[in-house]
Amino acid sequence: MTVLSGALLIQGGRVIDPANHLDHEKDLLIKDGKILAIDNPGSIPVAPGSEFLKLSGQWILPGFIDVHVHLREPGLEYKETIATGTAAAVAGGFTSVACMANTQPVNDSAYVTTFIRERAKETAVCRVFPIGAVTKGLKGEELAEIGSMIAAGACALSDDGMPVMNSYLMRKALDYAKAFDVAVISHAEDANLVGQGVMNEGALSNALGLRGNPAAAEEIMVAREIALCRLTKARVHIAHVSTALAVELIKRAKEEGLPLTAEVCPHHLVLDETCLQTYDTNCKMAPPLRTAKDTECLVAALASGVIDMIATDHAPHGVVDKCVEFDRASNGILGLQTAVPLTYELVARGLISRNRWIDSLTASPAKLINHPELGSVRVGGGADLTIFDSKASWLYDQRQNVSKSSNSPFFGFKLNSKIGATIVGGKLVYQNS
Amino acid sequence: MTEKMTEKIKETQKGKQMAKNLSSQFLELAKPTKQKFLFPNHFISTQDLTREQILSLLNTATLLGQALKQGDKNSDDSQGAAGPTKLPPLLANKTIINLFFENSTRTRTSFDLAVRKLGGSTLNFASSTSSVEKGETLVDTAKNIVAMGAHGIVVRHSSAGSPQFLASNLEIPVINAGDGFHEHPTQALLDAFTMREKLGDLAGKRVVILGDIAHSRVARSNIHVLKKLGATVAVSGPPTLLPPNPEALGVESSFRVESLLESADVVMTLRIQRERQNKMQLPSLDEYTRFWGLTKERASRLKPGAIILHPGPINRGVEVDAEVADGDRSVILHQVASGILVRMAVLAHVCEPKGTAQWLAEVSGQSSSQSTSRSTSGGVS
Repeated sequence: MTVLSGALLIQGGRVIDPANHLDHEKDLLIKDGKILAIDNPGSIPVAPGSEFLKLSGQWILPGFIDVHVHLREPGLEYKETIATGTAAAVAGGFTSVACMANTQPVNDSAYVTTFIRERAKETAVCRVFPIGAVTKGLKGEELAEIGSMIAAGACALSDDGMPVMNSYLMRKALDYAKAFDVAVISHAEDANLVGQGVMNEGALSNALGLRGNPAAAEEIMVAREIALCRLTKARVHIAHVSTALAVELIKRAKEEGLPLTAEVCPHHLVLDETCLQTYDTNCKMAPPLRTAKDTECLVAALASGVIDMIATDHAPHGVVDKCVEFDRASNGILGLQTAVPLTYELVARGLISRNRWIDSLTASPAKLINHPELGSVRVGGGADLTIFDSKASWLYDQRQNVSKSSNSPFFGFKLNSKIGATIVGGKLVYQNS
Repeated sequence: MTEKMTEKIKETQKGKQMAKNLSSQFLELAKPTKQKFLFPNHFISTQDLTREQILSLLNTATLLGQALKQGDKNSDDSQGAAGPTKLPPLLANKTIINLFFENSTRTRTSFDLAVRKLGGSTLNFASSTSSVEKGETLVDTAKNIVAMGAHGIVVRHSSAGSPQFLASNLEIPVINAGDGFHEHPTQALLDAFTMREKLGDLAGKRVVILGDIAHSRVARSNIHVLKKLGATVAVSGPPTLLPPNPEALGVESSFRVESLLESADVVMTLRIQRERQNKMQLPSLDEYTRFWGLTKERASRLKPGAIILHPGPINRGVEVDAEVADGDRSVILHQVASGILVRMAVLAHVCEPKGTAQWLAEVSGQSSSQSTSRSTSGGVS
């Protein structure tokens, strides 16, 4: 990490922030972690001792925020650590990440929340916002100490990976969370209906002899969360939406005015179940890759804003988790370094507007984690910035991989845009060579 | 209005293109590996076999069967396996590993015999004696075994895709002896072999498969093979044990057995696993028998000449009545005998392709020189 003592002057870029109606070629001066000036090219006087970042038309965007990552620390450091996970984040253009509670021990108490925050202070290269568990030990039996975790710095609540199956308990969690004004993030799958399913249920799962996980398992749970959201008026966020009907349910709930938000993962936007023909465990995740029709609906929902944001569900797993029989393999794939170029492809193909795409990576996720100040570029605001090159192709493979794990289905992909640099709190923490 | 619709269609097409593009990029990258899995490098799925490959394997099995019989005739030694036969020692000096992660008696024994009859030796690894339960990964286990000097692996595993997974990690041929609910390719070959011996060419023949289709690798492999050989396939069973849409497999389906039986040339009953009851899939075995079992009464509706198969092991009185299983139409024991022949054929083609081609050239040279060359139902394509 390059620590700059003086000021940093970024020249030659294009500042774009839909939230502040910015889209101009501007220079940008940063000092003490804040944006001091945004002005016309060449018009900011150069103070002695300043450092420069010279760009050639790349975009200067609010720092990207990923509300759904697994950093695996504490307890599962063989998969990822806060240091390696955040290194992957900044290489992927993310300046803030919110990390899920399924560590060992589970982040279900202020002690663990504090530990994560302390470790992040020591080792992280971007901002880390812990997400607290909804229930103790993610067991779905009793409420975790939600208030204490929020007081210790948790930004939201989730039993991600272990859906809260008891509707009564979920209702109480939603009610309780209202006192602290945090969102409860639901991994919306009916665990009983999922059963031992390992891929989307349909003709293909049948042909491959893999147990199916029907779309209905997700849709039932999304419908339940909407009903509970209506009942409690608490903030509910649906994680990794993957089916067309789930999108339809969310759309109706939003039209009703419920405080509901939703995210979609890059892999659900760009890959479908046909990839499973390879039995590649890097195509195994929960919820599973669905049909081409579902991906189409998800793209449209992201474009229209029915789905608010993009989140990676970055889920590093080691060889012992992934290089095994398909049924035994862990769910999830890496996401931090590929999310931006994969989803920008949708912009390049005219399926999503540029501004909606930026919003889905900045202002929308910032609101979800109660840090609206992070999702914008403005004078006097914090200097979390992502420098993005919309026209640069590169090959993503193990050599570029910064994560401690290697479970990505996208190795070998030619990607058509890339991160130029990442600035967190005024510090240049990543620069693409 | 029209403009809007055109716009919408365009949007949809764009969406499709998008989805197609990146998935197809993934599949394109995986293609070279997929090619390597194909027969005769390995023997993993019947879905990937061509009709010609199936006929050639069945033909080899027929010729090996003839050689075996000739050998038996010439030999005073009734032990068969150890006695001198006309069988070619195609697997001489080769060691084949039976790597079984699921209980199996007949399939493992059948492979075992097939290897020995071709002069090879076998080594059996069962999951209880392996280190898999100690946390070693499947790949590590297999690599260790290969390092001991094996020339081929016969694998059975409860997880679909495991043979393919092994094939992508090992340098020796992998033969699938059943993976999860996916495929049991040698079973399908032996079933086709048996049917052809009894009924001749399968083109236009109608095969009805009864039972737990959703969880049956036997059904899947059979459907692929039978369709490639020109037969039509229909399936029946309780809705809880049929796949959500069986038509996607290219078969007819009905929840009522009776409607399918009268036109059947072959009825294949599958084993009903008792634990289905505990898994909320069947109220009771009695109820299964009552509505879907091949009872004596139902078997009596079959047309003359129709035959009955079962991959074993049989639950007598559950999926098939004892009298039916032992009756004239039953070819169940014939299936077992065919199993050894087709497994020899598969092992020969996969583990010793050169020698096998040579031997086939020799024997077909002999048979074409014989004026009395007979055309068996399992004969040359």
